[in-house]
Amino acid sequence: MSEKEEETRIGVFVCSCGSNIGGLIDVKALAEYAKTLPNVVFTEDNLYTCSETGLAQIKNGIKDHNLNRVVVASCTPRTHEPLFRDCVEQEGVNEYLFNFVNIRDQLTWAHQKRPKEAFEKAKDVIRMGVAKSARLEALENITVDATRTAIVIGGGVSGMTAALSLANQGFEAHLVEREKELGGRIKTLYKLFPNDQDSQVLLDNLKKNVENNKNLTVYTSAQVKNIEGFIGNFEVEVEQNGNSIELAIGVIIVAVGASLFTPNGMFGYDGKTRITQHELEGKLQNNEVKAKNVVMIQCVGSRNEERLYCSSVCCMTALKNALIIKENDPEANISILFRDLYTPGTYYEDYYRRAREEGIIFMEYNPEKEPLVEENQIKVYNEYLGEEMIIPYDLLVLSTPLVANNDNKALAQMLKVPLEENQFFLEAHVKLRPMDFATDGVYICGAAKWPVDITESITQGYAAASRASTIISHDTIEVEGATSFLPEYNKSLCSGCEVCITVCPYKAIRKNEDDEIEITQVLCKGCGVCGATCTNHAIIIRHFTDEQILSEIYAFGGE
Amino acid sequence: MGENSKSVVIIGAGIAGIQAALDLGDMGIQVHLVEKQPCIGGRMAQLDKTFPTLDCSICILAPKLSECYRHSNITLHTLSEVQKIGGAVGNFTVDVLKHARYVKEDVCTNCGDCAEICPIRGITNFFDANLVTQSAAQIAFPAAVPAAYRIDPSKCLYLNYEICGLCYQNCGADAIDFTQKDSVLSLDNVGAIIVATGLDLAEDIHTLNIYGYQKYDNVVTAMELERLICASGPQAGHLSRLSDGKHPHKIAFLQCIDSRTQRGQLYCSSICCMYTTKEAMIAYEHDNELESYVFYIDMRAGGKGFQKFLRRGAKEYNIKYIKSKISHIEVDENDNPIITYEDYETSEIKQLKVDLVVLATCIIPSLGINKLADVLGIELNHYDYVKTNPFLPVETSIEGIYTCGCAREPMDIPRSVAEASGAAARAAEVIKGG
Repeated sequence: MSEKEEETRIGVFVCSCGSNIGGLIDVKALAEYAKTLPNVVFTEDNLYTCSETGLAQIKNGIKDHNLNRVVVASCTPRTHEPLFRDCVEQEGVNEYLFNFVNIRDQLTWAHQKRPKEAFEKAKDVIRMGVAKSARLEALENITVDATRTAIVIGGGVSGMTAALSLANQGFEAHLVEREKELGGRIKTLYKLFPNDQDSQVLLDNLKKNVENNKNLTVYTSAQVKNIEGFIGNFEVEVEQNGNSIELAIGVIIVAVGASLFTPNGMFGYDGKTRITQHELEGKLQNNEVKAKNVVMIQCVGSRNEERLYCSSVCCMTALKNALIIKENDPEANISILFRDLYTPGTYYEDYYRRAREEGIIFMEYNPEKEPLVEENQIKVYNEYLGEEMIIPYDLLVLSTPLVANNDNKALAQMLKVPLEENQFFLEAHVKLRPMDFATDGVYICGAAKWPVDITESITQGYAAASRASTIISHDTIEVEGATSFLPEYNKSLCSGCEVCITVCPYKAIRKNEDDEIEITQVLCKGCGVCGATCTNHAIIIRHFTDEQILSEIYAFGGE
Repeated sequence: MGENSKSVVIIGAGIAGIQAALDLGDMGIQVHLVEKQPCIGGRMAQLDKTFPTLDCSICILAPKLSECYRHSNITLHTLSEVQKIGGAVGNFTVDVLKHARYVKEDVCTNCGDCAEICPIRGITNFFDANLVTQSAAQIAFPAAVPAAYRIDPSKCLYLNYEICGLCYQNCGADAIDFTQKDSVLSLDNVGAIIVATGLDLAEDIHTLNIYGYQKYDNVVTAMELERLICASGPQAGHLSRLSDGKHPHKIAFLQCIDSRTQRGQLYCSSICCMYTTKEAMIAYEHDNELESYVFYIDMRAGGKGFQKFLRRGAKEYNIKYIKSKISHIEVDENDNPIITYEDYETSEIKQLKVDLVVLATCIIPSLGINKLADVLGIELNHYDYVKTNPFLPVETSIEGIYTCGCAREPMDIPRSVAEASGAAARAAEVIKGG
């Protein structure tokens, strides 16, 4: 290597992000400032550094100015680091010699009212980023072999759909169901909205396809007991009838569905003449509904302080059941007491209109003046008329929400994935990654994520299968090189205290047969907790070494 | 990679088409992504922020646009439309009409010198909701993919009269190419087709003239507001009234404009309740004294975190939700709209004077959908959305042709993305399993 090639040559690109950054602070001046920093040989400001134009500017910078390190000061590494890393790699600069400086999410957005101070802070963080950049080391990503199989946890509509799609794509798929029979919630439903599809016919067809597919293995009365490993290389222990089955799995799909809410103590619920929509489904299945005066109350146990969310399936369920009762007995009086009627889109709004045309009475109630349920009548304050109305009933049906399963937490811990505040599973990004978890190789579909109807459960089943297929369509997987490690030369520093094992959230650290600390590189997410807690500084976090971090601190305090 | 000789053709490169393309491409399947606009990104690219996370829309979309462009298994065909298909599932033939860009896509540096020198002006810019004009050398937005200008052949002097040619002379990169011709690309061995043609808006088909729209400057549509409030929009993110440039302090948002009505469309557009709250929040972030009033029929917020989002709007962003029916809008001498409405809670007729009115206009099927349906032979439903069965949600009436997103019915971005992946899975079943 010639001396010239070893010289550190940093290029700094400052993004205006439209006016997200440039509207508050002067990006041209920042680019000029960056020119004065040590090792910086080229700087530029861009309107959108992430655009094809911006990326071309980075590439030209590398080519024309022999850059061997690149700093981009812009939005957030969360969405854009992979893009820029890829860009520098394409020009022959190791992707780990790219450094991201966040001047939007943590700067212009955070200090919108203080442009002067924001500008000074931007200078500080760019100076720090440049200092770190000079000390970065080239790293290689780790490539591992992948097992091209999938496991789907939960044999409801969503899970069956996901497993079937993967099997139809030629993958070996395993479907685990806790109950004796496949089906989940749909087993207990009568007809399905919006076209009165017989739920049992739909279920039977689905089951037949599942059972006849040679790529698909079904485990009923079975539960996932333990999950070890990582994307492409999971070891899943399934327990079925007391027997333990070990499966080598590439990807995992969670399709455990949701639970029902029992409205004990609400609106006189008694399970007899005051029942839930779900109990009504059963009665309709058995042709047991003889009531002449039916009242339904929406949002029972939802959209309140305890459970803020809208369960989204209850309005359509109520409409459908009301129409079925009306069809069986055109003389029946049916009133639906609602807050906001949730029938979005085309088919559902048509359905709502049809219900009105069929003579179902819709009456809005204010949650501050809840309907009062008496022995044979309901008193409800009518907002439009401004007066209390009395409606007689012989059947009261309460529309209750789907709630998260009680055991979601245990499964979430096993999978190392998060739950949201209502204990539903939390996806990687609610807008653009609806089926993915932040943990690689694990996917979500159906009501385990949020209350959904059968249509959406099917769509999401397919969708999760697609996401899973993007991984197991290949024999290998590449993972990040920025992980923690215990180098040979540091092993003497390790006192064997095991604090790192305790704190690692990914279970990537263990003691091996020789009683030495061992880090599984592929499991490590590079979070750095082990390195930060290691009292003897034995563990090194690649890409975040002590030297790299200290260089930033010195650069901050050095001016 | 490259193990599958069969490809998938995806029609429409909005967020749904893009997601389907990326999934299939990542599975190692060859994808042809066909888009009629000069760039990909669709409606999501026009939005300022997205609910309920308030992520900047273009910021989360841009990486996907670039990924599509760079993906070794995805071929982009912009300014293109599917003209003819033949064959059947597993083995379609597809003819793609590629309109000339008159700019070499891979040579253009996106510098804008052509647009600068072009003497033709005043062409409305669809991307900016027709609020600003452009020249005949055009690019939708700075982060557009592909990052290349195009020459509008209906307006260009050279292409029509063989005069001018200034852009050609002025282009430092020698990217302008007037010799380009429209061409037809015939694709065979196409295993499956995905229709992801997305949506248009009520104001795109007819002269929307209710509640003072078109008559009063201070009555705008929600899409116009998105552009007005967006940092990359015509007002650079400093919201001001079209009548007098003054900054509005009191905004009324009217829901269900041409939706859920006999006068327009009977169906619900699904997303307006949420994006209205988002727009009111963004407007508030620009002005902490802002008062927002949302006039609605039913507040439809069933998605993840949506109810919490509404509550946040009411508590932290000074948004008042009024269950009501609008009668009419007039303006005072200062162009301030006055709304006359019936308050459902009190059954009273009331009036409210505001600085700006924003109409949540109805989503309609993509304007070219009837023609495309004829080409593909697929059925549309009674609203001209692609017809699907509720329990085969991504299948059209023709085997091997799938659909997703707003081509099927109005829906929000997460659902479009999920359906796109769903359609990709079905297409992959044909390619890999067939």
